[in-house]
Amino acid sequence: MSTQRSYGINVRRLVAIARKETYQIFRDPSTLLVAFVLPIVMLFLFAYAVSLDTRNVHIGVVLESDSEAAQSLAAAFSGSRYFSVTPARDRREVESQLIAGHLRGFVVIPQDFTSHLQRGQMDALVQIITDGTQPNTATFVANYAQGVVSNWTAMQISGSTSAISIQPRFWFNAEMESRRALIPGALSIIMTMIGTLLTALVVAREWERGTMEGIFSTPATVLEILLGKLLPYFCLGLIAVCVSTMLAVWVFGVPLRGSVLTLLLLASVFLIPALGQGLLISTISRNQFIAAQLALISGFLPAFLLSGFLFEIRSMPRVIQIITYIVPARYFNAGLQTVFLAGDVWSLILPCIGAMLLLGLILFALVLRKTHKSLEV
Amino acid sequence: MHIPIQRLIRLRAQIVKELLCLLCDPKSRMVMIGPPLLQLLVFSFAVTLEVKHVDVALLNRDTGGAAIELVQQIQASTLVDRIRVAGSERELAEMIDTQQVLAGVVIPETFSRDVAQGKSGTVQIIVDGRKANAGQIALGYLQTITSNVATTLRPASGGELATVRHWFNPNLIYRWYVVPSLAGILVTLIALMITALSIARERELGTFDQLLVSPCTPTEIIIAKAIPAFLVGTALALVMMGAGVFLFGIPFTGSFGLLLLCLMLFILSLVGIGLMISSICSTQQQAILGTFAIVVPAIIMSGFATPVENMPAALQWLAQCIPLKHFLIILQGSFLKALPPVDVFANAWPMAVIAAVTLTLATLFVRSKLQ
Repeated sequence: MSTQRSYGINVRRLVAIARKETYQIFRDPSTLLVAFVLPIVMLFLFAYAVSLDTRNVHIGVVLESDSEAAQSLAAAFSGSRYFSVTPARDRREVESQLIAGHLRGFVVIPQDFTSHLQRGQMDALVQIITDGTQPNTATFVANYAQGVVSNWTAMQISGSTSAISIQPRFWFNAEMESRRALIPGALSIIMTMIGTLLTALVVAREWERGTMEGIFSTPATVLEILLGKLLPYFCLGLIAVCVSTMLAVWVFGVPLRGSVLTLLLLASVFLIPALGQGLLISTISRNQFIAAQLALISGFLPAFLLSGFLFEIRSMPRVIQIITYIVPARYFNAGLQTVFLAGDVWSLILPCIGAMLLLGLILFALVLRKTHKSLEV
Repeated sequence: MHIPIQRLIRLRAQIVKELLCLLCDPKSRMVMIGPPLLQLLVFSFAVTLEVKHVDVALLNRDTGGAAIELVQQIQASTLVDRIRVAGSERELAEMIDTQQVLAGVVIPETFSRDVAQGKSGTVQIIVDGRKANAGQIALGYLQTITSNVATTLRPASGGELATVRHWFNPNLIYRWYVVPSLAGILVTLIALMITALSIARERELGTFDQLLVSPCTPTEIIIAKAIPAFLVGTALALVMMGAGVFLFGIPFTGSFGLLLLCLMLFILSLVGIGLMISSICSTQQQAILGTFAIVVPAIIMSGFATPVENMPAALQWLAQCIPLKHFLIILQGSFLKALPPVDVFANAWPMAVIAAVTLTLATLFVRSKLQ
């Protein structure tokens, strides 16, 4: 019965609720921990700990032959900046180290290396063994070890040039530093946590403690209550974006090729579905433990795994590709990477903004349907 | 003789109460059991560092046979879903800018002529650097394709010098890596969250004071809080590992008994960390956010996404304090490598140390609240 008058907005009441919520943010250090300390830690980790630029992978080189050619091939491995080599004479030494995880692979240069080489029987002379338990590193070891061998062959034996040579170019990230691509992606995780997790917790707490009913007994309308609660977190999110961007640009050397305004626009638009999701979770769960679990499961993990920031969406199975369309972080991540590394490419950014707005509208419509100013559940 | 029995009865009553708290609310029961299993399914398929079925732009200025051969080979590979032909450099740039394609291949006019003259024909491959990971992998595939084409165009003497064999996972099935690792991660999240909330919740609701005035000792409180999370975590982990073996068909080569022992140590160390957080916090919100502030960096540094040895030395030291880091090695080793007991113990004792330290600290924190 109360729903009829639940949709107007009175600015004074809105501000009052927002102010109360702001006090609450500053009173609890854990909120500030998540809004400011955690982003800094995350950016730091994505800059230094998560590196996709694999260097100095530990491999073993088993030299069973003493010939000059064999030693020169072994030296080629030691000289590669991609590997850090443990020399061995017997493959059993390195096998146990591979199992223990100390080595990621090993190369065997056999006893009859030179004699076979001289007779031109080159097929499969050198064996490259990798630790397949970590497929990514295994692929890396296989590719680069083959590269070392074929470079060595080209220099030592054939002398003829390859029919095709490749000029790789990395646009937007010429050195292909992974941190430049990862830090914008990390921002979308940080924002998901602030937008979804914080709101889910805060509103769930009010439900759990019963103070939501206290607020409902005031003349404030549902819309005022919800907006008043979200406004401070919206601002907190934007402040966190600014702080993180400054860190990314000035400390971690990520370029910002687009404009700051576009970045803020993207962040503001992303906060709409993120906050909406948080509200919806808290309204459904009304319990902080469940809200935290749901926020983790529907917010944080999808932002980490399904946003395309580490794992290519196009390579996922079709069903999961469809699921990614309802993950707001997917659009935010694409937009952020573009604004940071490429510039204001509106033909990419506008569809992203549109999609996030649409998701936001749907979520808020659901929240309004679920929230009534009535006390029966 | 009289006192220990009473203590045991007290302890049992408290454990029963904690279990009821955790398992009797249908919502929280569902949240604990359903989503982790669902996630294991979804993410096991999503998390792949293979790159396939992407679109690639092609700007071909050459009409010769070598160029046609190259284009056909690119088209035929699993990497590429569609080749999108660009008429000009600008069109190619537009496709990359808007992420319609992951990479672009530019074949210059002189390509076939150079190849025919015995020189090296140059192909330019442009990769979207915004996608650091997928871009590099796609480039690797394209390099393999071109070098295969190069050998068909100009067969080298003798053939390929090196062969590659992948041990433990010969076809490099990514799921064999992801499923056990995800099981470890999801269990970490659940176990930490349950324990972190346990004491903080009582404190927020005011019932912790009642516990303190009861005859229970701090050690009993900690044990009673630890056991439900321990049971739930262990059960969940076993179900997920079972799914790995029976649903995903991942070979299990190691010793199950040893793994079970390590699993219990792992969960004990998580429970310790969770209880430590919980005994410090005064509200549930603090406990949840505190857990997040610890668990997110811990997952990132656990070696799941990128190898630990790629990290700077200081962070590698820090990673030793993460139970998940040690458990992932044991887990992957037990599944695929038949990890020998020596190597299992080498990774198990750090977890035992973490568990002992954190559980002791948690008890001390609770005791200090008593006074």
